Amino acid sequence: MRVPLSWLREYVDLPADVTGRQVAEQLIRAGLEVETVEESDLTGPLVVGKVLTYENEPQKNGKTIRWCSLDIGKDEPQWVVCGAHNFEVGDLVVVVLPGAVLPGGFAISARKTYGHVSNGMICSSAELGLGDDGTHGIVVLEPGEATPGDDAIELLALRDDVLDIAVTPDRGYCLSIRGVAREAATAYGVSLRDPADLTLTGSGENGYPVRVDDAKACSVFVTRTVTGIDATALSPRWMQKRLLAAGMRPISIGVDVANYVMLELGQPIHTYDKARLSGEIVVRRANAGEKLMTLDDQTRELDAEDLLITDDSGPIGVAGVMGGASTEISDATTDVVIEAAHFDPIVIARASRRHKLSSEASRRFEREVDPNLPRYAAQRVADLLAEYAGGTILPDETVVDTHPKPAPVTIRADHAARVAGAVITLDETVRHLASVGCTIEAAAADAVAAPLAAGAHAPVLAEVGVTTVGSTHVEGDDLLTVTPPSWRPDLRDPNDFAEEVIRLFGFDNVPSVLPAAPGGQGLTVSQRRRRRVATALVGAGLTEVVSYPFTGAADFDAMGLPADDVRRTTIKLVNPISDEEPSMQTTLLATLLRTAERNVGRGANDLAIFQTGLVFLPKAETKAAPLPSVAHRPSDAEVQSLYDALPDQPLHVGVVLTGALAPTGWWGKGRPAGWADAVQIARLIASVVGVEPIVKNVELAPWHPGRCAEFSVGGPDGMVVGHAGELHPKVCQAFGLPARSSAVELDLDALIAAGPESIAAQPFSSYPVAKEDVALIVPAEVAAADVQAALTEGAGELLESVRLFDVYTGEQIGEGKKSLAFALRFRAPDRTLKENEVADARQAAVQVTVDRFGAVQRVG
Amino acid sequence: MSGPNTDYDPVEVTPLHAEEVERTRDEALTAFTEAADLAALQEAKTVHLGDKSPIVLANREIGALPPQARKEAGQRIGAARKAINEGFASRLAVLEAEHEERMLATERVDVTLPWHTPQLGARHPLSLISEQVADVFTALGWDVAEGPEVEAEWLNFDALNFQPDHPARQMQDTFFVEPAGSGKVLRTHTSPVQARSMLSRKPPIYVICPGRVFRTDELDATHTPVFYQVEGLVVDEGITLAHLKGTLDHFVVSMFGEGLEARLRPNFFPFTEPSAEVDLKCFVCRGASVGNPDRPCRTCGSEGWIEWGGCGVVNPRVLQANGIDTDRYSGFAFGMGLERTLMFRNGVEDMRDMVEGDVRFSRQFGMEI
Ligand SMILES: [Zn+2]
Repeated sequence: MRVPLSWLREYVDLPADVTGRQVAEQLIRAGLEVETVEESDLTGPLVVGKVLTYENEPQKNGKTIRWCSLDIGKDEPQWVVCGAHNFEVGDLVVVVLPGAVLPGGFAISARKTYGHVSNGMICSSAELGLGDDGTHGIVVLEPGEATPGDDAIELLALRDDVLDIAVTPDRGYCLSIRGVAREAATAYGVSLRDPADLTLTGSGENGYPVRVDDAKACSVFVTRTVTGIDATALSPRWMQKRLLAAGMRPISIGVDVANYVMLELGQPIHTYDKARLSGEIVVRRANAGEKLMTLDDQTRELDAEDLLITDDSGPIGVAGVMGGASTEISDATTDVVIEAAHFDPIVIARASRRHKLSSEASRRFEREVDPNLPRYAAQRVADLLAEYAGGTILPDETVVDTHPKPAPVTIRADHAARVAGAVITLDETVRHLASVGCTIEAAAADAVAAPLAAGAHAPVLAEVGVTTVGSTHVEGDDLLTVTPPSWRPDLRDPNDFAEEVIRLFGFDNVPSVLPAAPGGQGLTVSQRRRRRVATALVGAGLTEVVSYPFTGAADFDAMGLPADDVRRTTIKLVNPISDEEPSMQTTLLATLLRTAERNVGRGANDLAIFQTGLVFLPKAETKAAPLPSVAHRPSDAEVQSLYDALPDQPLHVGVVLTGALAPTGWWGKGRPAGWADAVQIARLIASVVGVEPIVKNVELAPWHPGRCAEFSVGGPDGMVVGHAGELHPKVCQAFGLPARSSAVELDLDALIAAGPESIAAQPFSSYPVAKEDVALIVPAEVAAADVQAALTEGAGELLESVRLFDVYTGEQIGEGKKSLAFALRFRAPDRTLKENEVADARQAAVQVTVDRFGAVQRVG
Repeated sequence: MSGPNTDYDPVEVTPLHAEEVERTRDEALTAFTEAADLAALQEAKTVHLGDKSPIVLANREIGALPPQARKEAGQRIGAARKAINEGFASRLAVLEAEHEERMLATERVDVTLPWHTPQLGARHPLSLISEQVADVFTALGWDVAEGPEVEAEWLNFDALNFQPDHPARQMQDTFFVEPAGSGKVLRTHTSPVQARSMLSRKPPIYVICPGRVFRTDELDATHTPVFYQVEGLVVDEGITLAHLKGTLDHFVVSMFGEGLEARLRPNFFPFTEPSAEVDLKCFVCRGASVGNPDRPCRTCGSEGWIEWGGCGVVNPRVLQANGIDTDRYSGFAFGMGLERTLMFRNGVEDMRDMVEGDVRFSRQFGMEI
């Protein structure tokens, strides 16, 4: 809502020297979101001039300019060149003189043009910052409106500050000058001249016939009729100026007056050409298949839920949203039917959404308009049309009004003080409530009290005192019955009234008290371990990045996922940012590889990045989430069904490595990051959270079929928690990554869940260690991890550790075989081991590998 | 030399003469001192302390003396030997020290050279700031609560008093999950975590909820459809707006420094009533830039205050929808955008830097913000 300060001043006696910026500060304090204050950069001299003479001088370029002399209240006439022709000798015009600056920073000086020295210029509406007034020429003042030499800045109120206010949904009444003026009046402690305080001249009957079929959706419908207007009359300049300042373009007297009254009072108005109406106006819901061409010349299919204004011809408007073209007023209109109505906010909001049509009217109706306004607003429109378009107001008036009276609310007298935790005296409370327009009475004895704020943190309120309401004495815990004003339908609950009192009391005056929490347990195990994983990865040289979780078929194709891959089954969005990425990620790599691609594209070839984030895994059966009542807590079953309807969303960690882990340097050759680094990072993550995973070779996209490690937890038949290894060459290519890039993706939630709650300390032996090496020849396809597991199993309790230290393939071993060398360490907790004990344990370990894999000990 | 001894055997043994012993000693000490390196010292040692050295030979002569004279001669030789040994040891120490010094000097390296083990990586600053916020509040005894990003519409809106056709719900620019009418959305704020906290916990509830949220904004320098928020919720007996102010003041000091404070400006949020916007006193100019064109402040635009987030007293309708007894309990809540916080706290100028995943953005922070 754009509010010119001069318009505000019409209803509020603001201090004369107060600036727009200062008013904005006060309004912000009162809770209005003033986004900007436009301050005019116009400086004079800008004066009224009277045209004394002019000569038409045709130019070579085809234009005709006028060489004019003007009386600007000085002894000598002022000579200027003017390109416009819409004035005559004797007209009063606005002249800007050298030295002045026009809006937009245009400095004016005497300049040579068309063979003359022009000492200033005659101004158009646009040049004065008033916008296009439709004249295609300069501003011509009314005869007698001013005398030559008068300051035009003051005369036209040109240097006006404009406040732009973002009106929050609860403050619909501030979508009007009237509403903002009320706030300004309260802020400055001065009285308001209510622009709706008008004399009603209507009779309340015999108006244009109206029938309302849906009283809930349309609780008030008022019409007035003005006859014999000149629809081609220009709106008065002050009205045009205000419309422009408020951000609306002047169009014609009929439209301008309706818009002006809407801005002034907040009541949307619709005007009909009476000659184009046929029969009774009926307000009803739409029938199937009905259509309407709206004022924007679009034919709209109507929905059965749409509330319509209709006449015998069918729909003539979508109520509260936009009128129809067929009954629109035009230059030929003489008789006007004015509609001022009250519509249900939800009905309007839905219609506006359905038709993707947000109008000045719908924005106001959605936030609810003062239901008492329609008769006054219709009167105001009629008055203005009569005055400026020469019409005659008929006393006939249609008044349909079934709107319920505002319901009184009972609150504790000290409720606001208790919500604030501040001493707000009862006197103040009552005063502030009254200033927002509430009616306050002492409540009847059997009224129900509002909830108390009491208990552990109860504010120690000093006496809030006593006050009298009417003739009744009211103390702290007595009750008040408060009735909100008609323009504040948002005031329904005790806290709504508390907010009004507290904002006027001043948030700055509320004390600052840190509440003592009962003492928590710090981070959860999972939260702690997640942090440690991140820290360990950073220690290993990885950099954390973030990516959007949106993905699509292109990413899955680039990853080489088969058509039936489960990861292609996704949660999709109705309204994604991009139609190419309608899905929520089922794998972190879908988005992390794109991030890697972007970094590589920006010249980072040696990349080691990680990301943690949720993946979104649809359940086998998808159900809609219910929308239980908000009147009370949903049942446990309802809560459960809310949770059950959602996809599984485990937290994953993803890693991508490209290029070199260590570059070539003065120390020698560099080392490319490879599959083993990826697997090692996955092992690192597992060990940070205290998990010993089982690792085995698998084939899975997007990894290289021979270089992908599957990680599982919970034993041989445990759960797969992720994969690590080298990416498939095609995947590297598709994402523009260097060859042999590698990646990891682990389900961090599952991994952490598999970790120990806490770790019990084990005693360790101080007896000497016995070391044994063993080299085993096994078939090439046997996994080292399995051989190691077999050794561990066979060696028994005396084995302290086993470590693979060499892998050898070659002629000596034979085709299809490999030699694995392990270092075994044996130790007993209670004694020094004897040679034969060690030898037996070693033999037992080897025996298992012989039995299981046909291993042969390599000697020498 | 002792006095005349009547028992003394007059046999002369030259090497045991006092003068001779002194000379032998002095020669040895001179030879050690003159030894220029360890090899020369070893040679001198052989000459002056070896099996054939004068002092060792002299020692053997003691047996030739009459018993009465042996003691005195033994003492004389012993003292000389000790002096020679000490002379050797001290020279050895000096030469070894010199040798080591020379050795070490030759091993000097250029310690400014790089090495091939990986450099420390970096956290994303959004993670770091979110952890810092969590730490501020866990230190107060609060818990860190979390929730899913695909959320039930009821928890994202209805439970928080965003009614179905209310403009506030439309203003949230929501991503809806297919099919239309699924009752599921990408959470538009972390507030559903507050609803979940109320549904699953019994008061007193003190939780801080950092997390990622979604709105259908286009990405530009100041907007992103995916961003991070942190929200706090307290539900307890007798909680007031004053407690909210106290908590925010503490939060401001913890994040931005001593002597700063929060300011509340009335506003509207369906979740809270009364509601307010939170400003924090500019931590750079501390208000000194206001009305002072000579000292403009970029951080606050010379306003003295920086818009930070929203807050308010939890609307009793919200408590009611989530099963909290409004006769007994009241609450407050607040929320801030973490990107915005980083922007003004750390001078990040473009939102896109935070969301594009360029490693250079994270790397300039390392492990600290
Ligand atoms: Zn500042």
